[in-house]
Amino acid sequence: MARVTTKPASAGNSREFDLANVALREVNRFLHQDAANEGVAQVRVLNPDGAHSVACGLNAELEVEVDGNVGYYLAGMNKLARVTVNGNAGPGAAENMMSGLVRVRGYASTGAGASAHGGCLVIEGDASLRCGISLKGGDIVVGGSVGSFSAFMAQAGRIVICGDAGDALGDSLYEAVIYIRGDVRSLGADARFEPMTDQDLAAVKELLTTAGFKHAPGEFRRIASAKSLYHWNADANQEY
Amino acid sequence: MAAHQADAAAAGAPPHRLRTEESWGYDRRNIDYIQHAAATGLYEIRGMGAKRHLPHFDDLLFLGASLSRYPLEGYRERCSTRTILGTRYAKRPIELAMPITIAGMSFGSLSARVKEALGRAATEAGTSTTTGDGGMTEEERRSSKTLVYQCLPSRYGFNPDDVRRADAIEIVIGQGAKPGGGGMLLGQKVNPRVAAMRTLPAGIDQRSACRHPDWTGPDDLVIKIQELREITDWEKPIYVKIGATRVFNDVKLCVHAGADVIVVDGMQGGTAATQTVFIEHIGIPTLAAVRQAVDALEDLNMRGKVQLVVSGGIRSGADIAKALAMGADAVAIGQGMLVALGCNSESWVRPDGRHVSAVADYATLGTAPGYCHHCHTGRCPVGLTTQDAALELRLEPAIGARRVRNYLKTLNMELATVARACGKQDVHHLEKEDLVALTVEAAAMAGVPLAGTSWIPGVARRPEGD
Repeated sequence: MARVTTKPASAGNSREFDLANVALREVNRFLHQDAANEGVAQVRVLNPDGAHSVACGLNAELEVEVDGNVGYYLAGMNKLARVTVNGNAGPGAAENMMSGLVRVRGYASTGAGASAHGGCLVIEGDASLRCGISLKGGDIVVGGSVGSFSAFMAQAGRIVICGDAGDALGDSLYEAVIYIRGDVRSLGADARFEPMTDQDLAAVKELLTTAGFKHAPGEFRRIASAKSLYHWNADANQEY
Repeated sequence: MAAHQADAAAAGAPPHRLRTEESWGYDRRNIDYIQHAAATGLYEIRGMGAKRHLPHFDDLLFLGASLSRYPLEGYRERCSTRTILGTRYAKRPIELAMPITIAGMSFGSLSARVKEALGRAATEAGTSTTTGDGGMTEEERRSSKTLVYQCLPSRYGFNPDDVRRADAIEIVIGQGAKPGGGGMLLGQKVNPRVAAMRTLPAGIDQRSACRHPDWTGPDDLVIKIQELREITDWEKPIYVKIGATRVFNDVKLCVHAGADVIVVDGMQGGTAATQTVFIEHIGIPTLAAVRQAVDALEDLNMRGKVQLVVSGGIRSGADIAKALAMGADAVAIGQGMLVALGCNSESWVRPDGRHVSAVADYATLGTAPGYCHHCHTGRCPVGLTTQDAALELRLEPAIGARRVRNYLKTLNMELATVARACGKQDVHHLEKEDLVALTVEAAAMAGVPLAGTSWIPGVARRPEGD
């Protein structure tokens, strides 16, 4: 087991961990259990060096800042906490998030925000394949473009894409809504463009504000489900 | 003279000619299948597991003790059934009074009252029960001392609070009834509560994904398991459940991924709604799956370190004893529990104990007690596989819990008595050497000798006298 070397950061209620010296397990356990007991509200993590599962399973209103690139499952299943990565994130960033805010300053790999039930995931760069897959009520704002199969089977929540999208965007969508500013290489089964309403414009404005992006909401188009796959019938031609 | 004979005589044919011979290839079952397909353009969806005859535990026998083995006194001598699962990495392994657990079945496919009954019975019997697709209900958490929480591809209702209050996590890769296929819950069972738990509109046909959204392949699974361990501070056992197909390789990959417990579900495993073509044609029998799983663990020298739970068509104490003798550490039972609760019974039981006939309700579904597989309709005549507010009242949780507890108790007694007859003080001491097979197929699949011979198909025989 690596030696636990933590030192208080400048603020009285903050703490700093260097993953070059501290085991991830110790950091996560601190975030889960000790931070609340010790009244620590801000945590800085140095040298993640691609570590997986950094700051996952948080369940308190903590501010966590990670300096560097992280691996899989950054802030997985996050609840309440605000986690920022000053770098890129591997697959499954903020997967199954329930609430809080996760911000990736760089790029995010596959499955970003997968099955997130709540909270907001901001990716300032591009997101790879399957961004927002199985989304269940969370919000995702991507500053760049998203890869193919994004929002596959997304059930609820909102995805704002400031750049372009690859193939099969929104395949088998349920009630989630996608707003896109750039081009779409192709829509997936049952996804369709719909007119933007005032409510949509307000939603995009709110999410762009949260993310800190300065685009005009009117530049975005809405994609939602045509709902033709909601019921199993002969006309479905075995789509499922 | 019978009418057909009269016809034959009129046509000049000999009167003894057989005129009602059914085609083997186009029997009534196949004719019905083709004509249903032609009429609807849809494949059939139904409940239960494979109906076809398959090599099964029925095709094995115990040798029992004799002169070369010393039996234990059946009623007096101790025979332990204690079972511990999850000893590899978890700080808090699961300790059970018996090696018989209740398999994952969803709230949605089953009513909340059924989940409560199963939880209560498991708690009283000292064993565990398991959630299913759709998340954890308050009823089952409250009633279950030991609850295994499934992490499924759909992630319906999956949340970190329930991860933290579960006793173990089971990552579901596949299910024996439908390896490679996702779940299905037809709209008639998606009532407002089920819909809310699954974040879907009420009344729609709900299709579960067949792959997990945030990982693909065995190397990713290593990292997914690590994430769940980190979230739970390495306290809870992580199970991985696979539908039985390429079991030898899959079990090795589960070990590699860091599983504490591997659950292998054979093709006789039940379902509440799956395409018949999946149920009957995908996957391998439980008997073959157990052998391959044990071979894989032995190949890696991991038997006893990673526990093996076997499910899929396990009904009796004899089935359990045979699974354990082949190398399983425990079994999981789903369909059998539903039968214990009254599935396919002629009647349901009122809280005052009076039986009420359900035969007319079976007839409305076009079936009869003993033949029903209509779980997918949500119109379960005995109130188990339903979300209908009136039908679900046909299962009183206290009565259901008592029946399931009795069933568990019977199974455990049968298991122990078989073990004693084989001279074992612990049911986990049952071994393959105690078994023989009745058929060549079962001998080959189970890797035990055909009864009365030393022949194990596929295993080279030693030269005589060696």
